Amino acid sequence: MSKPVSKPTETGPAPVNRRKLEARRRFLRTAGLAVGIAGVSLLGFIPLPENRAQRMRLRPPGALDEQDYLASCIKCGQCVQVCPVEAIKLGDLLDGFGNGAAYLDARTQACDFSCDGLQCVLACPTGALTHEIAYSHQTRMGFARLAKPELCLARLGLGFQGKVRDAAFDGKFRYAEIDRWNPIPVRNRDFDLELCDLCVRHCPIEIRRQQCAEGNPPSGDPDQCPPLPAISLEPLDDGSGQVRMTPVVHKGCVGCGACEMVCPTEPAAIVIDIDKTAEAV
Amino acid sequence: MNLFFESLAQLLGRAPRKPAKEQIKPAAQTIHFRKRGEKFDAAESAAMHAAHKSNKWRNRRWITLIAVNLLFVLSFSLDIQLLEGALTASRFLGFHMADLNSALQVTLAFKEVLINLLIGTVTIFLLWWLLGGRTFCSWVCPYHLVAELAEKIHLWLVDRNLIKGYDFHRGVRTFFYVTFGLLALVTGYTVFEFISPTGILSRALIYGPGLALIWVGALLLFEVFVSRRAWCRYVCPIGMTYGLVGLFSPMRVVYDLDGCRHEGECRKVCEVPHVLEPVLKGRATDASVPIGADCTRCGLCIDKCPTGSLRFEIKGLSKLL
Repeated sequence: MSKPVSKPTETGPAPVNRRKLEARRRFLRTAGLAVGIAGVSLLGFIPLPENRAQRMRLRPPGALDEQDYLASCIKCGQCVQVCPVEAIKLGDLLDGFGNGAAYLDARTQACDFSCDGLQCVLACPTGALTHEIAYSHQTRMGFARLAKPELCLARLGLGFQGKVRDAAFDGKFRYAEIDRWNPIPVRNRDFDLELCDLCVRHCPIEIRRQQCAEGNPPSGDPDQCPPLPAISLEPLDDGSGQVRMTPVVHKGCVGCGACEMVCPTEPAAIVIDIDKTAEAV
Repeated sequence: MNLFFESLAQLLGRAPRKPAKEQIKPAAQTIHFRKRGEKFDAAESAAMHAAHKSNKWRNRRWITLIAVNLLFVLSFSLDIQLLEGALTASRFLGFHMADLNSALQVTLAFKEVLINLLIGTVTIFLLWWLLGGRTFCSWVCPYHLVAELAEKIHLWLVDRNLIKGYDFHRGVRTFFYVTFGLLALVTGYTVFEFISPTGILSRALIYGPGLALIWVGALLLFEVFVSRRAWCRYVCPIGMTYGLVGLFSPMRVVYDLDGCRHEGECRKVCEVPHVLEPVLKGRATDASVPIGADCTRCGLCIDKCPTGSLRFEIKGLSKLL
């Protein structure tokens, strides 16, 4: 026996199969959810470096090329945890697919390589920071450039007295001559320089080269010695007789950002070009 | 009926099927037959539930979940280095551990098998294979905990007719699983990690909050006002990955048909009620039926059951003891 089926009449509305209608509504809802969530996930494309050059991030030592780095980084922050100067931060929502991926902001806190052994590289569980390098001078993070020569104190023939940056600046550095193991805020040091050479004297590569020249390679390991210079002050001769010097970046620069961090001018006269490496310049 | 394939089909999103009579084992048939003549007094059932108030497994689970996440947080903030990293990948006392789904996304995006990751993946696979697969979801995932709270608000609102809850087709989770896999493969980015509330919350707890929490908040609002436990039920590929592990896991919830009064209270508290299909009258295919792989082993149903018809079991171990 079949149930009576109401037939469409000219006066009444067409019959509605409630189950079918609900199934259809649910299908549409589900399709909406599928498109919605997948759509949101693709918003991660928007802030990528290739779409917006200014969002390029300085990556930790050993980082693979940006695309490979973002692919292989598992966004766990183990590199953050081992860095003695707490230089590494993790990307956020506005980094798109770089959400959770490690980066440095050189001006705030550069890498000073004082761990010697590239702890972040050793901590990386995926090799997004490649395990093929072991020493600071093998790193290719970027390349320093004197972006605002007109601000550079050395070029103006000026010295530097007092604290680097200002009293509120939190950037840290491990000065081997003060304390090998504890990073101290750079603001704790007073400088009195006849001609400003803060960038050169804070360059981890130059510090290492000097230690090696003195016969004390970092961690007692001669392999730690960088073969090439990274930065030096060279005389500027403008015929005025005043002593002026200019920082010159050499092939040994790895782009750690220490010079940018300590540059006392505002904005920093020397900056890191993230998309450049020693080989590419 | 093959329980393994039924479990897999349900995990992928198919609705549970009513077993044919010949698929029901004689032991279960006898009990079903007996129960057909029995009338369960609803008032008596209600009294049993009122007398049986237990949060044993929920409390154990919440303590575990908070302890694990706290261990991550303290390992970094106090520098005790027991459990370093975040839920996506970590080191426990120096041993590599990698979330299976995060490792999968990275491998698909990077298209290379990374050795350390492989070690961590095998460790975690063995761990969650032993512990039951989606056990990760309810016992470790921090999003699960906040989603449970959102669920309580949602149910409170629905109860008072202030809102209407909507459901979706569960098959959409399989769609997401394939889609996020393909997106990683094609784009070369770990697209899912961008929106994974598990990763975002874990990192926010350990490294400090960020803007990404806005997305987690939006998901929770959606679950409060629109759809109960939507992320865990319909979207999360992490749950799917661990569900696939759970297919083979010896650790599971088991349903005993004999003492059950079929009130259905267990299904009301369950995040994935389709796995509790056997508790419906006449559906159990055996006197004892293991619950499927989509089960998160959260134990809410066990807490709820006044007759002890649901219990945890480690396959093989009970026979051994």
